[in-house]
Amino acid sequence: MNMTPHERGKLKIFMGYAAGVGKTYKMLEEAQELKAAGIDVVVGYLEPHGRQETIAKAEGLELIPRRKMEYRGSVFEEMDPDAIVARRPAVCLVDEFPHTNVPGAHRTKRWEDVEALLAAGIDVRTTMNIQHLESLNDQVWQISGVRVRETIPDWVVQQADEVVMVDLTPRALMHRLERGVVYAPGKAESALKNFFRESTLVALRELALRQAAHEVEHRIIHPEEGSADGTDGSATAHTKQKILVLVTANPKSAVLIRRARRVSDFIGAECFAVAVAATGDLSGMPQTEREALAQHLNFARNLHIETRILEGDDVASTLVEFGRRNQVTQIYVTRPSARPWLPGLSSDPAQRIVSLAKDMQVVIVSDREPANH
Amino acid sequence: MGYEIRRRTPEECMREVLAEQEELTPKGHLKIFLGYASGVGKTFRMLDEARRRRERGQDIVIGALQAKTPRETEALIPKLEVIPLKNATAIDVEAIIGRHPAVCVIDGLAWNNPPGSRNPTRWQDVGDILKAGIKVITSINIQYVDELRERVEAITGKYVEETVPVEFIKGADEIEIVDAPPLEPAERSPEEEAAAQNLQERLAKLRELALVLAADVVDRQLNTYLERHGIHQHFGAHERILVCMTPRANAQEMLEQAKVAARRFHGELIVAYVKQPNISARDQAALDARLDLARAAGANIEILEGDDPVQVLIDFARSRGVTQLYVGHSQRGRLARLRGSPLDKLIWESRGMDVRVFPQ
Repeated sequence: MNMTPHERGKLKIFMGYAAGVGKTYKMLEEAQELKAAGIDVVVGYLEPHGRQETIAKAEGLELIPRRKMEYRGSVFEEMDPDAIVARRPAVCLVDEFPHTNVPGAHRTKRWEDVEALLAAGIDVRTTMNIQHLESLNDQVWQISGVRVRETIPDWVVQQADEVVMVDLTPRALMHRLERGVVYAPGKAESALKNFFRESTLVALRELALRQAAHEVEHRIIHPEEGSADGTDGSATAHTKQKILVLVTANPKSAVLIRRARRVSDFIGAECFAVAVAATGDLSGMPQTEREALAQHLNFARNLHIETRILEGDDVASTLVEFGRRNQVTQIYVTRPSARPWLPGLSSDPAQRIVSLAKDMQVVIVSDREPANH
Repeated sequence: MGYEIRRRTPEECMREVLAEQEELTPKGHLKIFLGYASGVGKTFRMLDEARRRRERGQDIVIGALQAKTPRETEALIPKLEVIPLKNATAIDVEAIIGRHPAVCVIDGLAWNNPPGSRNPTRWQDVGDILKAGIKVITSINIQYVDELRERVEAITGKYVEETVPVEFIKGADEIEIVDAPPLEPAERSPEEEAAAQNLQERLAKLRELALVLAADVVDRQLNTYLERHGIHQHFGAHERILVCMTPRANAQEMLEQAKVAARRFHGELIVAYVKQPNISARDQAALDARLDLARAAGANIEILEGDDPVQVLIDFARSRGVTQLYVGHSQRGRLARLRGSPLDKLIWESRGMDVRVFPQ
């Protein structure tokens, strides 16, 4: 065993906005260039979806055999990270970054497998679509009417060394789809109805382009923590923002957490989340409330948001007092679901938080409803 | 941003639709490949598309190619019909229109023509070819966008002479960004490392500009599509921040925060004021000073009118696809005041937008 610590591998993400824009092709094209330059590159996982051009591009590349796994009587094939680490290539290709492994696999998510490869010092090239980014989940729902289940936390993408936009115009993509390049005939029709509406494609593409621009900017700003272009004095005069999220058992809490995460990532703010309970823990709550709250706090932690449960009978004053003690600049709450707000009767503390937070901003986050197409 | 990124009002969209209908000459279709440096592969992508179109039986010609093309790109040319340049730099517009192919490939959109040519610039030539009903596929680097010239100069240290107006690019029917960061060599000396880092950073800044421009073009296409199909819902793909201004608002704080958010989200910053009757001279002066601040922050200013200020603001925000509303909130009122207050109504009516309340 080699016990010397490795330098962490570099991660490069090929980002697209729909199946068929050419992410996998682009990744393979680069792999062929690397191979031609004498670099030891292997394929850890490839999903060519039967596309001829893609299959042809993979020719001559070494494939690491997949691991066969049985689940409920069927055999599934997953990437084999252990075999890849043992093979120790310089670069490994891993298609479909947001994939969820079959139950029984060592890790739940493929991005966690990729973390293991990176930790072993292997460079990874991978592919994903913008709709799988966690903080955009509500906006993607609004745009497409589809709730994407396989998501990647934003911090995983932020840690990538490079994010490259694989672009294709929606028109060209629709033509590909009609010619049967993207999906086998028959399968295309159901795909068309969801993501492959022209307005949906255009909106997702815009999201992907803006995210790619943000990822580029993030990587320019980060080293010195300064402003992007050095010309804007306001960014330096700007006091560091601190965002405090009020997490409750309300299912809208997930929307709130995603939005707070996204805004704090973009404006460079700290972000933490709290719940308020009379006992200071979850023990005194009814079971359904306790489970929902625990789930929301866990969700926040998965997005790298620090969480805490505050002890207090009155949510609004406990929250505002905590915010004041911790130099919070913005409090994030969900939009009240009912009007009028009856004093004392309403379980929604948003209104009281606004009136109590004399030295803090309060952000009332609305949920995003899907568009009617 | 240094150039206009404001979303068009419904009236402007309507005007455009009407203007299009009035135009009797058929308008060709413009597709642009946008890059951020030479060598990212725009020409290759363009010619590869030409080859594929040719193979599908489309009538396609090349109207202009760059003088220096890499070998793998050159390999694509023999299969395609080329209409030679008129002289060293100008394309032969008359010959192209006379030949009237379905599609014409014109590399290097930003070139200037020599004196005495049909048009001073190549993009104007392309305009003529489009007007003749021919589809044009062309390419440009972000450095050559007129409105971005100063920002590009700040990044590269070079002031470019030959540029294309951003409106011409935004009018494209299709735009595709060629986003291909160069592969890094494995081993470098320390001096090479420093030079490479510097180059990487400059390229990254140009890349960001190109991605944002492409996103803005796509945003316009999306809005046009939604307008034409009578869809009144916005998708929030572009963050738009609306600051609601009043004479008493904590304008400095709101604007400063809005400016940072708009810049970091590559978003649009709008400041709106709803006209109030019988405003005192002192309040008017305070308001004017605040609107001056907003103008200096690069915001688009909108003066709105109506009996119900909250409704006016909400309607306006909705029509412009606003995603974040910034409002001031007077702390003088107690709880009773807040209930049924304009802020209460605003929060209730602002479905689909976030409301950020600033104490004042």
